[in-house]
Amino acid sequence: MTDHLPVLLVVVPLVAAPIAALLNHPRLSWAVAVAATLWALYAALELLSQTMAAGAIHYELGGWAAPYGIEYVVDPLNAWVVVIVTLIGALVAPYARVSVEREITEDRIPLFYAAFILCLTGLLGIAVTGDVFNVFVFLEISSLSAYALIALGSDRRALTASFQYLIMGSVGATFIVIGIGLMYVMTGTLNMADLADRLPEVSGTRTIPVAFTFLTVGITLKLALFPLHLWLPNAYTYAPSAVTAFIASTATKVAVYLLLRFFFTIFGATFSFDVMQLDRILMPLALIAIVAMSLVAIYQENVKRLLAYSSVAQIGYMVLGISFASVLGLTAGILHLFNHALIKGALFMSMGCVMYRVGSVRLERMHGLGRAMPWTMAAFVVGGLSLIGVPLTVGFISKWYLVQAALEQGMWPVAGVVLLGSLLALMYVWKVVEVAYFREADPELEISEAPLSLLAPTWVLVLGNLYFGINASDSVDIATRAAEMLLGALS
Amino acid sequence: MTALGLFNYWAVIFLMMVGFYTLIARGNLVKKIIGLNIFQTSVFILYITMGKITGGTAPIFVEGGEDVIYSNPIPHVLILTAIVVGVATSAVGLSLVIRIKEAFGTIEEDEIQDESL
Repeated sequence: MTDHLPVLLVVVPLVAAPIAALLNHPRLSWAVAVAATLWALYAALELLSQTMAAGAIHYELGGWAAPYGIEYVVDPLNAWVVVIVTLIGALVAPYARVSVEREITEDRIPLFYAAFILCLTGLLGIAVTGDVFNVFVFLEISSLSAYALIALGSDRRALTASFQYLIMGSVGATFIVIGIGLMYVMTGTLNMADLADRLPEVSGTRTIPVAFTFLTVGITLKLALFPLHLWLPNAYTYAPSAVTAFIASTATKVAVYLLLRFFFTIFGATFSFDVMQLDRILMPLALIAIVAMSLVAIYQENVKRLLAYSSVAQIGYMVLGISFASVLGLTAGILHLFNHALIKGALFMSMGCVMYRVGSVRLERMHGLGRAMPWTMAAFVVGGLSLIGVPLTVGFISKWYLVQAALEQGMWPVAGVVLLGSLLALMYVWKVVEVAYFREADPELEISEAPLSLLAPTWVLVLGNLYFGINASDSVDIATRAAEMLLGALS
Repeated sequence: MTALGLFNYWAVIFLMMVGFYTLIARGNLVKKIIGLNIFQTSVFILYITMGKITGGTAPIFVEGGEDVIYSNPIPHVLILTAIVVGVATSAVGLSLVIRIKEAFGTIEEDEIQDESL
């Protein structure tokens, strides 16, 4: 069975989704979701250890040889992404039971879990496939289920947020299809490895730069790079808490993975950065994202929206790391994929706890919560420290590598902006801390600590923030190997 | 190739721009979905056009015809998938429009924005 792990990783959740819908029972459907995510986590960890030990795994779907058949390829980079996605999925699924019962009407809960598992399926599919058209199909599976999940939010503005995401997301996906089509017309292949072989011959034509441009715009729309982030703040703010925690820590990460895959594995770093000079576009946008979106975050009154803008800024850090196109820079970017998933997962989950007890995450309703909900707010504080980049947290590790990568290329101002971003993060995190710890609570309101089933997954992520902040050698090791592999592809 | 020989591609560009413009400029949510559909349709035509090979026939195996030229069927198959995706997107989008109409009483973007404040 281990031979078939790459495909089972995707197929098991894909089959679990209709089962969850057909069972049509809140608890049973939930159990299916937990089982599916746990299976996926097991498969992902197994795949990661296999690839780290023995190199890339190639799996031919249905026995059809590549490049004619669809091939799944698992190498250190996407095994790592798959671990991130499944880890967050396996924590959000148990977390969702209590949280979802509070926020979603009972008749919709089974369908919620079906959409949740489908979204997971799509994200895993994007990560493991070695076929560019397959990427598009899985992208749409994950996006369509994400639209449905966001629309389940209890606020009516969740509907408009979802609609806005649907329009922008579909435009992004269509741009990606155009790019894929133009590549196909020049090379006659859809297999990633085959494309990487054949593209250099035709890269002098006008079609390939156009394909490259369409793909760049489409993918950066999906990963919410400034200024294509407009769908993100509303979607994160009004989605149910469990959905926000899941999507914020996985969907944009998988899109960043796609960016890496297309620019480094398929087009190759030489074409992307020397010929198309991608860094000249990515780096300024990333820097603007870090500063401008952190500033916007400071002025938010809704903590979920504050964290959403902070996410756009954090995506800036990942893209900044990528734009250096050096081993250190890529390591920083890939590390931050994982670290930011831990950080934002913990923060959004703690906000889900607040939502559960208080019914709102607006700052004026959070006065004195530090005493009423000590564990929840402690989780937020640790997550916040990690977001700022305080030593002993994962945020520090990412920024350390990012600053090193900037200094390696002598870019002092860029390193300065990274540190400025930390300062701004301190300001918006402090804003929440101040309200929760230093304002008097309304004595008439009796708010108790969130239930254990919400706190436990939150604290697993919080402890992850600390563990991988103190003992970063494993995560750095994997990220470095992935970075070396991506850059090695060009020679 | 003459400009006329690229007729399909001109049609693709025209439809793409019409769809994209509608999507951006119209405030009515149903019209936005229609714009999105036109935009996606242009990509369908792009794919179908690139499968055509000059002098090629339909890709059905011809008995004993060794030098028959076939059109490339793969783009057609690919776009069949994309059409399904497009239908699903429209379905989700339109059902969201219905829910928005129920929640806000309107499907005009500016009126929804006034309502949301």
